[in-house]
Amino acid sequence: MTTSMSAFERVSLALRGLYQSYGYRQYKVGKFETYDLYARNRNFLSGEHILTFSDIDGRLMALKPDVTLSIIKNTRDDSRTRKMWYTENVYRVPRNAYGFREIVQTGLECIGEVDLYAMAEVLMLAARSLETISPDYVLDLSHMGILTGTLDECGASASISADVIAAFGEKNLHALRAVCEGGGLDADTVKLLEKLCVLGGPAAETLPQLLELPLPGAARQAAEELRSLCDILNVFGAYRVNIDLSVTNDTDYYNGVIFRGFVDGVAAGVLSGGRYDHLLHRMGRTGGAIGFAVYLSELELLLSEKAAYDVDTLLVYDEGDDPARVAAAAQALTESGQTVRVQPAGEAAVTYRLMLHVGKGEIV
Amino acid sequence: MPNMLNIALPKGRLGERVYDIFEAAGYACPSLKEPNRRLIFENEAAGVRYFWSKPSDVAIYVERGAADIGVAGKDILLEYSPDVYELLDLNMGKCRMCVAGPADFRDDISRTLRVATKFPNIARSYYAGQSREIDIIKMNGSIELAPIVGLSDVIVDIVETGKTLAENGLAPLKEIVPISARLIANKARFKFRRDEISTLCENIDRLLREAAEE
Repeated sequence: MTTSMSAFERVSLALRGLYQSYGYRQYKVGKFETYDLYARNRNFLSGEHILTFSDIDGRLMALKPDVTLSIIKNTRDDSRTRKMWYTENVYRVPRNAYGFREIVQTGLECIGEVDLYAMAEVLMLAARSLETISPDYVLDLSHMGILTGTLDECGASASISADVIAAFGEKNLHALRAVCEGGGLDADTVKLLEKLCVLGGPAAETLPQLLELPLPGAARQAAEELRSLCDILNVFGAYRVNIDLSVTNDTDYYNGVIFRGFVDGVAAGVLSGGRYDHLLHRMGRTGGAIGFAVYLSELELLLSEKAAYDVDTLLVYDEGDDPARVAAAAQALTESGQTVRVQPAGEAAVTYRLMLHVGKGEIV
Repeated sequence: MPNMLNIALPKGRLGERVYDIFEAAGYACPSLKEPNRRLIFENEAAGVRYFWSKPSDVAIYVERGAADIGVAGKDILLEYSPDVYELLDLNMGKCRMCVAGPADFRDDISRTLRVATKFPNIARSYYAGQSREIDIIKMNGSIELAPIVGLSDVIVDIVETGKTLAENGLAPLKEIVPISARLIANKARFKFRRDEISTLCENIDRLLREAAEE
């Protein structure tokens, strides 16, 4: 073992370099935010719990559960396109957990004029973020417009649409059938929805299957956009991209392309993102926005390296040993690249590969 | 072995019936039927490893990726909302989630309704949908006792035959949702074992359909 960055730090650093290489600028936000920002956009957050406290002027403040809302809030509404990345700690109660956790999150946002290239660039950066974490990754790609376009066309009510989207999220064909039956959707739409629900796999195979389906106008446009995005992604490089319509999100906030990233060995998704023009507009801004977050905390288990020893060398000395000799020995060892722990002989030891006794000059 | 398909099954009669279907579908693990207290069984040739888990824990094993797939009751899925794929309704272990209480129960809407249940989230969302304010009393078993001794007005619980209710002078008042066993999969594991898991689902679905037609 030599002194080095942990895998976790290496990933963080590599992500930072990746985002900067495409001209994204770091955005720093404080730990606190006024609570009303979250109260107004509660459903955008993945959980309902928010850590709050009163500021000295009586304003209710919150420890940030999310970064995107703060970035939008602090972005001026002009015609400029902004490309930003961040690494922040956020405070949330994860799903089915029993208390607040401090979660390290890295992400990026592109806000302003979001055209096809900008979207493809964000997707490429998402895929490369995953690749940085592990070569065994998958980026699942979907488009809100495919489902909303299909549901709007057949005149499904808001509650039926929400139930259909929930069934898609679970790949739950039997629930989808039950919802369609209860909602009185026409037989052709039901058949189409069933096919969309089970559709999934590598983009190269799945996109042609998707485009062959009898999609109504808006849904077809969305599917064509997915194809165009995948074509541009292919120019950037070969990435492991799946088309999978089980990636869904709240239609109040998200509109276009949405995606989730997985790496083998981590049980939950480690990356999540999408186009969120609706959120932007709800907050009184114009233009478009797309971004994603990488949940670095999810990677703890995957990236933690089990070291066999605490240090390479345990350097021990006796009471009578000359401290200068001890210092010289420690200096020589660290200069050779080894990690050293120095302590008096007889003290409880850390685990080590090699023990050196200064006075005796011996290797134990 | 990392390439084995890990399957979490609910301990008990339902789990044994589910295993029989998996066995018939080509995922046998004969050692599982031996009388012993082991919790994990493997069949390397078939590439499967089964665990017996407490029924209410199956979804946790699957959500957290310790199992690739598993079989859990819809009651558990509704109560805990794990982030998993629900790939198949096995149509086994069928029962109903019901509001139950004294057969002559009349809801007094001038006061908060006291509801005893093992399923606080299901009860909360059901009554929220009815715009009825309730006081949830979370219990761990023998729920039927609560309305009899005046701890609660009604209960929200699983009703299979209604026999236990009847023997205690109670009756189902309202069905909330039908329940049955579902095949669930971890979302991330599904990405990396899509073909295997999809094939398994198709095989089991086919067997269930054939059995239903007979």
